[in-house]
Order: sequence, then C-alpha cells, then structure tokens
Amino acid sequence: MAEGHSAVVTPMSGGASGENYLTTGKGPLSWLFTLDHKRISVMYMVCILGSFLLGGVFALLIRTELWAPGATIMTADTYNKMFTLHGAVMIFLFIIPGIPAALGNFVLPLMLGAKDVALPRLNLLSFWCWLAGATVCLVSIVVGAVDTGWTFYTPYSTTTSTAVVSMTLGAFILGFSSIFTGLNFIVTIHTMRPEGMTWFKMPLFLWSLYSTAIIQVLATPVLGITLLLLIAERTLGVGIFDPALGGDPVLYQHFFWFYSHPAVYIMILPAMGIISELVSVFSGKHIFGYKFIAWSSIAIAVFSFLVWGHHMFTSGQSGLVNMIFSALTFSVAIPSAVKVFNWLATMYKGAINLAAPMLYVLSFLFLFAIGGLTGLFLGSLSVNIHLHDTYFVVAHFHYVMFGGTVIAFLGGIHYWWPKMFGRMYSEFWARISAALIFVGFNLTFFTQFVMGSHGMPRRYYNYLEVFKPYHQASTVGSYILGVAFMIMAYYLLHSLVRGEKAPENPWGGATLEWATASPPIATNFEHEMVGLDPYDIDSLKFDRQTGNYVRKDPGSIFLKPIGDE
Amino acid sequence: MILTGLFDMMMRLIRAPEDGGATFWMPPQSSTIAGEVDWLFNFILGISVFFFVLIVVVMLVFVVKYRRREGWETAPASTSHNTLLELTWTGIPVALVVVIFFFGFKSYLNMSTPPANAYEIQVSGQKWNWSFTYPNGYVDQNLHVPADRPVELLMTSVDVIHSFYVPAFRVKMDVVPGRYTKAWFEATMPGEYNIFCAEYCGTGHSDMSAMVIVHPSGEFGPWLEKASNFLLTMTPVEGGRKLYEIRGCQQCHSVDGGARTGPTFFKLFGKDESLTDGLTVTVDENYIRESLLEPNAKVVAGFEAVMPTYQGRLKDDEIAALIAYIKSLDGKTGEE
Amino acid sequence: MAGSHFTGHNPDLAHHFENLDQQRQSSRLGMWLFLVTEILFFGGLFCAYVVYRVNHPEVFIFGHHFLDKSLGALNTVVLICSSLTMAWAVRAAQLKQRAILQLMLVLSFVLAGTFLGVKYVEYSHKWHHGLLWASRYAPDAHILAEAGVEVAEAHGEEAVSESIEGVPGDEIGLAVEALPVDEVLPETLLENAADSEISKIAPAAVGPAGLVTPEARAAAEAERNAVIVNPANAKTFFSVYFLMTGLHGIHVILGMIAMLWLLKLTRQGVFDGGHYTKVDNIALYWHVVDLIWIYLFLLMYLID
Ligand code: HEA
Ligand code: HEA
Ligand code: HEC
Ligand code: CUA
Ligand SMILES: [Cu+2]
Repeated sequence: MAEGHSAVVTPMSGGASGENYLTTGKGPLSWLFTLDHKRISVMYMVCILGSFLLGGVFALLIRTELWAPGATIMTADTYNKMFTLHGAVMIFLFIIPGIPAALGNFVLPLMLGAKDVALPRLNLLSFWCWLAGATVCLVSIVVGAVDTGWTFYTPYSTTTSTAVVSMTLGAFILGFSSIFTGLNFIVTIHTMRPEGMTWFKMPLFLWSLYSTAIIQVLATPVLGITLLLLIAERTLGVGIFDPALGGDPVLYQHFFWFYSHPAVYIMILPAMGIISELVSVFSGKHIFGYKFIAWSSIAIAVFSFLVWGHHMFTSGQSGLVNMIFSALTFSVAIPSAVKVFNWLATMYKGAINLAAPMLYVLSFLFLFAIGGLTGLFLGSLSVNIHLHDTYFVVAHFHYVMFGGTVIAFLGGIHYWWPKMFGRMYSEFWARISAALIFVGFNLTFFTQFVMGSHGMPRRYYNYLEVFKPYHQASTVGSYILGVAFMIMAYYLLHSLVRGEKAPENPWGGATLEWATASPPIATNFEHEMVGLDPYDIDSLKFDRQTGNYVRKDPGSIFLKPIGDE
Repeated sequence: MILTGLFDMMMRLIRAPEDGGATFWMPPQSSTIAGEVDWLFNFILGISVFFFVLIVVVMLVFVVKYRRREGWETAPASTSHNTLLELTWTGIPVALVVVIFFFGFKSYLNMSTPPANAYEIQVSGQKWNWSFTYPNGYVDQNLHVPADRPVELLMTSVDVIHSFYVPAFRVKMDVVPGRYTKAWFEATMPGEYNIFCAEYCGTGHSDMSAMVIVHPSGEFGPWLEKASNFLLTMTPVEGGRKLYEIRGCQQCHSVDGGARTGPTFFKLFGKDESLTDGLTVTVDENYIRESLLEPNAKVVAGFEAVMPTYQGRLKDDEIAALIAYIKSLDGKTGEE
Repeated sequence: MAGSHFTGHNPDLAHHFENLDQQRQSSRLGMWLFLVTEILFFGGLFCAYVVYRVNHPEVFIFGHHFLDKSLGALNTVVLICSSLTMAWAVRAAQLKQRAILQLMLVLSFVLAGTFLGVKYVEYSHKWHHGLLWASRYAPDAHILAEAGVEVAEAHGEEAVSESIEGVPGDEIGLAVEALPVDEVLPETLLENAADSEISKIAPAAVGPAGLVTPEARAAAEAERNAVIVNPANAKTFFSVYFLMTGLHGIHVILGMIAMLWLLKLTRQGVFDGGHYTKVDNIALYWHVVDLIWIYLFLLMYLID
C-alpha cells in the first residue's frame, strides 16, 4: 500500500491495515490454490513472459543460423525443430493466452468494479490447464522436439519420426485453458457489470476482451478436435487425412485454419483494446468514436470466421473458393482501418503525454499499419500466389504479432505495472528500451519483406547467396531486440524492489481500476462502484505534489462501502 | 485511375530494363503474367505508402503540436464523435479494397486458366527432388521449356506436400499426394531460373531446388531429342551415372563413402550388408534390383525405411545401367 | 487465503456475487457456453465424417452392416430414458423433494451404466472379430464371408455403381479440385509407356501408385471391383466408428461421475433449499450427450 500518499488519496484508499492482494496469504500454496483473479493474473504473467523468453531464445538461434547459407551453428534437422518450437511456443504458450490471461484477468474485474471474475474456480482451472499443457510441450521439446512447423500440416506431420503426438497433446490441453478464460470473461461481462455501466459505458478494453472471448469459445474446440484427429491419425491410422487410405490431406488445412485464422484475431483484438485505453489516457482526452471502435471489435470477431481459406490459395482449392475467401479477407481490413483512424482522431487537440506506454502506442500505430497493409498484398489473389510461403509472409505476421500484439502488450504492462505491483519503473530506461525495440524490430523484419518478394521461401535452412545481406541485417536487428529486452527485464525487476511507490492513479485513467489502491486490496474495492463514462478524463485533475490524478468530485463513483447491507 | 497511371510511371522510372525488369521489390519478370502481378503489387504498394505516410505524419504532427505541458495535463473536453468523418474513413478504404480485390481476381483468372494449346509436362515431387516427365516419356531433374510457348504442368507428389515455385515467373502451386494440381506459364526470356520448394517438407526442404532452363524457340525440340536417347549413346556405366544424378538417388546415396539418408554406393557391390532383422545379405545384382523395386523388403541396419519404390518407374535397361554404375564404384575402376 | 476470500453471510452465495440471482445466471450462462464448445467439438468430427462419407460412400455402406442395429436402438432408448429421469431430477430439486431427486439420480446413473454395458457388448464383439480401427483391422474370414454374402445379395447393384466412383485419385475434397486419373493422363503418354520401342525411358511416377501401364491399370480396376465385397478402406469406417463412439463414451463416463457427485450433495442436503442450479447444469450436459448419441446412431447405424 502506498503509505506515503495516503494523505492525499481519496477516501477509499486501501485498507487501514495496509494489506493488499500480494501480502494477504503467504507461501507458494497460497498462490497455486488462490481463487483471486489478481494472483492468477500475476502467475500467468510470470509464466507467459517466461515462455516469451524461451521463444525469443529459439528466435535468436534461428537468426544466428541464418547468418550465412548452409550450416552455421546447427544441422538442417535441428533448424527445422528450432523454427517449429519458436512458432509453437510463441503462438500457443505466449501470445494466445498473452493479453487476456496476464492483463485481462487482472484488469477485467477491476474495470467492472467487481470483486472477482464470475467463475473463480474455472479461472484457476484455466491456469492449471496452461501449466499442464506447457509441461507436456516442454517434455516433448526435451524428448525430441517436433519438426513440422507450427501448422502441423499432414501428411508430413503424420509421417515424421519426431514427437508430434506429445506436442499436439500439449496444444490440445492449452486449448482448454483458452476456452475457460474466454468463457469466464463472457459470463463476467454479462452478469457482473456494476450499476450504471450499460454495454456502451464499458471500457473498450472490455469490448475487445468480449469479442476475443467469442472467438476463443467458438473456434478453439475445432482446434481441439483437429489435434485429436491428428493424434488419432498418427497412433491409430484413422485415415481421414491420409491419401493412401482415401483421406484428404488438404482437409487438415481447412480444419487447422478454421481455428488458426480466428486465432490471429484472438491475438490482435485485446491488443487493440489496450491501445484504445492508452491512447485516450495519454492524450488526456475522451476517446474518439467510441461506438465505432466497440462495434468494429465485434465485426472483426464475426468476419474472422469467414476468411480462413486465404492461407490456402495455392493448395489446389477451386478458383471460386479462392475468389470468395479473397473477397472476404478484405472485409476484415475495414474495421481495423476504422480503429486506426479513430485513435488518430483521439490524439487531435489532446494533451499528449509521451511516457513509456504512449511510446508503445506510437510504435504500435507505425508497425501495425505496415503489418496490416501488407495483409492487403497477401489477400489479393494473384499477388498472394507469388508471396505465399515466402519471407514476405514471415515479415507480415511478425509486424502484426510483434509490432501489433507484443508492442501493445508491453504498452499494457507498463501502463498497469504501477497498479499491479504498486511501484514505478525507471522512465528513462523504459524509453531507451522502447526506442531500441522499435529500431531493432524494423531492422529485423523490414529486410524480410524485401527478400520475401524477391522469392526467398520461408522455413529455409539453406539459401541463395544473393539473400545474404538481407539475412545478416535481419540477424543484427534481432540481437538489438535481445539487448532491448534484457534492459527491460532488468529495470522491471529492479522496480519491484527499489521502485518508487506508485500513487493510485499515476496516468490519469478514468476507468474504475484506477479508483482503488495500488496494489489493490484482496477484495478489490472498499465501496460498491458505479459505472460512469470511462473516458471522461475531464473529470480528473492532476495533483502535482503527489503525481496523482484525483477526481474533481471524489464521491461520484462509489455507491456505498462494501459490507453495509 | 489517375493513381494507378501515376504509379505505373513511377515504377518505370525505378525499374532497370537491363535487369529483366527486376526492381527493389521484385525479381526479373520472365513470364507473361509477371507484369500483371507486379503491376498490382505496385498498385497496392502505392495505396499502402499513401496511408502509411498519412498515418505517421498526422501522428507526429499531433505529438509535436499537442504534447502535454505544465498545467495542461488533461485536455478540455472536445467533440468525441463525428458520424460524417466515420463514414468517410470507412467508405474510402471500402472502395479501395474493392478495386484491389477486383484486379487481384482478374489476374488470378489469367494465371489459373492455361491456354488450350499448352505444352504439357508432368511434374513429380518427392523428398527432396523434382522430376519432370516430357510427353515422350523422357525424365529430367530440371525443367526445360521453350520460350514463348505456354507450358502446362500436371503435378503430383509421391510422399508429402511440396510446392512448385518459380519466383521469376510468379508461379506457385502445391504438389499434393493422391491428387493432381495444375500450373501454367509462358516464359518470355531464354535463360535459367530457380525452382524452389515452397511447402515445408522436411530435412531437405531448402535444398529441394532445380532450374528452369528456357530454350530460345526452335532449340527446345532438338534438345529433347538428344536428351531422350542418352542410354543409346552412352556406356551402361555412364548411363547409370546419369540416372543416378537425374532420378534422385544422389539425394540419399553418396558415391564417396559418406552416409546420407541412405548407405553409400562406394564399394557397395559384393559387400555383406547386415539388415535390421538381424540377417545379412550379399549385395549382388538381384539384391540391388530388389532394393529398387521393393526397398522395404530388406532394410539395411542403421537406416530407416524411407526409400521410395521405383517399381514402374525404372525400366529393365535402366536398372541394368544403375547396377553397372554401382558395380563400377569399387574404388579401383577409377570412379570416385 | 480461501478463508478470507469467502466471507459471505449466505453459505450458498460466493463472496464475489451480490445475490443468488446473479450467481445462478452466471453458472447457467457458463454452462450454456460450455455446451456450445462441446457441440463444436463434436461438430468437427461430424465434418470429417461428412467429407469422408461423400468421398467414399462404399466404405460406409459396407461398414455399417457390421454394426448391430438392435443394440444401437436399445441404447438409444436407454439414453432417452435417462434424459427423462434427469429432467425429473431437476424438477424434484426445484420442488425440494429430496427422496425423488435421489431416486432419479440413481436411475439415471443406472441407465447410463446400462448404456455403457451394451456398448461393451458391441465393442467386445468387434474386438473378437478383429473389426477394429485401421492399424488393428484384421477381420476374421467368416465374418467377412457372412457379411459379404449379405452385402452382395441385398445391396449388390447400388454398391457396384457407387464403388466405381470411388477410384483412387478421385478424392474430391472439401471444395478442392481434383481430377480422376483417367481424365488427366494424356492418351499418348499411356501409349508411349506401353510401347517401349519408341522410347527407352519409362515415365516417372504420375501418381502415388504409379498407375500407368495397362497391366497396372487393369490390376487396379480389378481391385476396385473387389471393393463390392470388401472395400480397400473399410478399416477407416471402423476408425471413425471407434473415434466417435469412444469420444461419446468418455462423455458418458464424465456424466456418470457428475451424477455421483450430485448424489453426494443431495445426501448432504445441499439441494434441500431449492438451489437446483447444479442439478440443472448437469442435466443440460446430459441432454447434449444424449442428443449427440442420437446423431451418432443415425449416421453410423442407420445409413441407408
Ligand atoms: C496478430 C496477428 C495477425 C493479424 C492482425 C493479421 C491481419 C491480417 N492478415 Fe495475416 N497472418 C498472420 C497473423 C495476422 N494477420 C499469421 C500468423 C499468418 C501466417 C501463418 C503461417 O502461415 O504461419 C498470416 C498470414 C496471412 C495471409 C496468408 C499468407 C500466405 O501464407 O499466403 C493473409 C492472406 O490474405 C493474411 C492477411 C491478413 C489481412 C488482410 C489482415 C488484416 O486484418 C489487416 C487489417 C489492417 C490494416 C488494413 C491496417 C490498418 C488500416 C489502415 C492503415 C488504413 C488503410 C486501410 C485500407 C486502405 C484498407 N495474413
Ligand atoms: C508471438 C509471436 C512471435 C514473436 C514475438 C516472434 C519473434 C521473433 N521471431 Fe518469429 N515466428 C513466429 C512467431 C513469433 N516470432 C511464428 C509463428 C513463426 C513461424 C514458425 C513456422 O514457420 O512454423 C516464426 C518464424 C520466424 C522466422 C522464420 C523461420 C523460417 O521460416 O525459417 C524467423 C526468422 O528470422 C523468426 C525470427 C524472430 C525473431 C528474431 C523474433 C524476435 O522478435 C524475438 C525477440 C525476443 C527476445 C530476444 C526474447 C527476449 C525476452 C526476454 C529477455 C525476457 C523479457 C522479460 C521481460 C520483458 C520481463 N521467426
Ligand atoms: C529418399 C531417399 C532415397 C532415395 C531417393 C533413394 N534411396 Fe536407395 N536407400 C535409401 C535408404 C534409407 C536405404 C537403406 C534402407 C533400406 O535398405 O531400405 C536405401 C538402400 C538402397 C540400396 C541397398 C543398399 C545397401 O547398402 O544394401 C540400394 C542398392 C539403393 N538404395 C539404390 C538406390 C537407387 C539406385 C536409387 C535411385 C534410383 C535410390 N536408391 C534412391 C534411401 C533412398
Ligand atoms: Cu519439398 Cu519442401
Ligand atoms: Cu489468416
């Protein structure tokens, strides 16, 4: 509890005891069996960042190998395992659970003024599923790893001798973790909104988590059954995907992308939600076009189910099918464009605060624009034929996944860090590492667009001499990224012990999580909360002495102290 | 269409004609459809650059102009919605993507419908090489085609999915086991171009490459004639060596004693080979023949049963030539 | 931790809810969403089933003769009854009739057990005759002969006509273009291949089976005709059968575990106050399991 500020903060600041959710309950068991969404969120955060580190190490090994054509530090088989593990860890362990589980879990109930998610046991079960799934994946990596690419295409995946079964089993279990989180969020948003918070008074982050959850619930089961079929194909030889038994290997691709295309919006929607929060708070101004942003999230979620075939333009599907998928693909671009323009409009006439989270917002706008726009190249049929499965695609998806999701995730971590841990990090180092990430990232992946459109195929261990300069630039970029993340790891960990105590509302957010103590008490709030306009930043004023934003009318958001019934 | 015209002009400026139409972004244009594809690429590039610059410039201008100052920590309330604006920035992208979709689909139709008079070549992908079968039955590891004549490829795979990709032609099509897929192109410039495998297929994926050799018109016929009859004009050992190179044995068997996916051919003939089932077998003509026709009948210890069968794919005289070649690798005959 | 977390006055009300109504709504919505995921889960399997069946109708025609329709029908009736008893259980919980609730739960459990018992009889019969999934498929001769006669008599003609379409290389996948071998191979090539005088070099494989020479084609044709009695991929039918019924069986077992749990709660008097949400949720689940079985019965046992 921020003792130093208790004099200035408003009446609800913290329990008199100074207890918060981090300090109530001690020992590892009090964490592993907790039902508190905040603790679950913190555990998720630790695990997910750990996975990111693991995936990042694989990435650096990939880049080192590609320094020169042919063998550099590993054999072809090792390389194939390396990019498969990199892709699988980054996708299934890191980015899909990522924002919803690590930040959403923390913020969602707080934004609703609630004490917890609707189904706390299910929430813990979701985390355990993650742990179990991750363990199975790790065991699979240790006993032999997989060399199929993260897409597990048949018939390669049914014939290779590597540990496909255990890896897919891991991903299958992780699927349940994702379903449970999504299900929980939908229920919580439906049933736990506070008085006054109508659907269109919900913070946009919640809209984005809600639309993400729809995809999680509707698409993930299909991935589950697909992976089960794949496992059955390998162990029993069921023949659904095996041409020798009359099956259809391309059917697998339809199944896989029916999940995995929507999955890319599981990654980006929560990121867009974070940007919507941040851009308003750091512009010191009401968000522009609230309803359009909210509806565009839903639109993306709906359209996302209709475009999976754009990953299969060269698979031999009929021209008509290709045409339909290409047309539908472009429909997803429109709601994304709407969001981008509304964010820009929010900055207009604002009071723009260039703190670290805002640097990530700017970074996001820059990088996601490139990533999204290159999606247009890939969506148009004839150009896709040339670019499919080249480094152009690799660059596209890193620009959207890293430049979009990871950047927004980092922005979110920096934004909610003071709330989660009650400490401020070093603003100076945060800016340095944000800048380094921006530079390193562009160096790593922009070069890949160029070599991709020149015809450098992806998943290549060996390559033509002409591509060498591009690959080397890319490798250098990835090392810069590595350094930047090390700096970040350092100053964030440092802040936990040495960081300045954070006030309740250091950035000036009007959403409810900023109306409780930093870090919050175990039951979140001492009052029952009322949902007001979440972007009414004008209702706050800055208190220069404490570096805290306070409400001009402090009582406006509480109903009554909890416990008075 | 002012925008597109403008872009065409700009692109002509930066394209070096002597490089076969290669640009900063694209490899040379060596087929009839390459121009169309590149045009669309550049068109989308133009739109993207426009929006990207717009977004970044607006963003930077706002950051500079409206940055937070002392006493200006929150901005006074101003309008937070404007339906006309929303409609504009929904409508313009909609119109643009409709145009992009239309051109993409149009050139795709041209790419996917082969002309009726196309010259047909069969393509077979296997781990990790290509073989191309010409109408007269001749098989080659590289793709030879005449310039200025449409060529249609009828493709299938022996094992897993591969993908036939020639960047210079902007052609790519998956090669799927158990089914036929088609691709076509018309090469415009004699020369040699890379063929890549674009669908991940295992250890040798990145080495599953070959060349397209585009012969000037008139020179293709004579080439095929000559190439087709090599067994008649060569000694069995030479012929066997050529078969070793063009029929994919090379991919898995070395001739210098080193192990690859399969055992080496060096000093193989006459050797006593131990098998996975514990038996031994002496390598003679019959065993080699059996290894080709039923490779999994006797699997050599220390290797996996991954060799594809050549049943129906090698004729008797070819097998004889291969045997002669393997015999010649005894370390004495001068062959290495 | 848990202690400080649950400090509500009402023991039925978790601390983070404001009232029982909110709590009930939450678990209800949660259950419905969960059932949606269950249906999608099986939906994937049904999709695979449909694609395979469209491509290879003869395999299904052949395979379903080995399934015992009367046992299947019996099981359908058993499950429908258990659905009824579960529905009654919900009613009893609402009306706070502990004894009836207990009885209904026991009945449902017994019926579910009966279902599994019958399934066991069916499975062991198949096990006995080697009618198993692809890699274990080794039907003994007499069961094939039995079925073969029956098939040839009863369905001879239609089976022939359908099986001819199912030639290798004709796997028309979901919206995927594929061409039968015959249409694809240019006539000249086939001739060349047959006549070794013209060229000394054989064509490369043009298909996984390398069906180019007339002899090979004839052999393949013969194999195709043999399909009437025993289609090449009959084993796949059993793979699909075991996959789908097996997954369903697991759901039945989970349902039975849930019933036991409810029974325990009933005996502890948890439902005496009329808080029937838990019973209701499990009953919903059980209805879905029942529904899925009805589809399985229609799609696997009653094909024609
Ligand atoms: C976060 C993840 C994410 C996101 C958000 C996207 C977003 C998009 N993606 Fe991407 N994509 C992936 C992750 C993602 N993708 C991955 C992982 C793969 C490869 C998987 C693999 O094979 O391993 C892939 C592959 C992929 C392909 C297949 C390529 C191939 O293999 O051949 C295609 C083809 O259509 C595509 C298209 C698009 C489109 C049109 C969008 C759109 O949603 C983008 C919309 C955004 C914008 C358009 C930018 C913002 C708007 C403006 C700046 C205003 C101006 C706009 C207009 C004028 C329209 N993507
Ligand atoms: C979220 C998704 C994600 C992310 C973030 C990344 C990040 C990176 N990726 Fe990758 N990538 C994929 C998803 C992702 N990737 C996928 C799905 C594939 C396809 C796989 C396939 O083909 O099957 C792929 C493929 C892929 C390839 C192509 C391989 C090939 O086709 O042959 C390459 C090559 O350069 C590459 C490189 C990189 C690099 C250099 C990074 C760097 O940005 C990584 C930088 C990160 C670090 C260096 C980690 C440092 C972290 C810490 C120090 C801890 C930090 C701690 C705190 C913050 C507290 N990736
Ligand atoms: C995909 C890899 C692959 C290709 C292509 C391949 N082989 Fe093999 N071959 C193997 C493997 C692996 C073995 C050892 C296992 C076995 O005996 O089946 C083998 C075994 C053999 C043997 C027996 C060797 C011994 O030591 O007893 C002969 C002879 C042979 N191959 C000849 C050929 C010829 C000739 C060709 C080309 C026309 C060819 N192979 C193409 C992988 C391959
Ligand atoms: Cu063949 Cu990749
Ligand atoms: Cu997609």
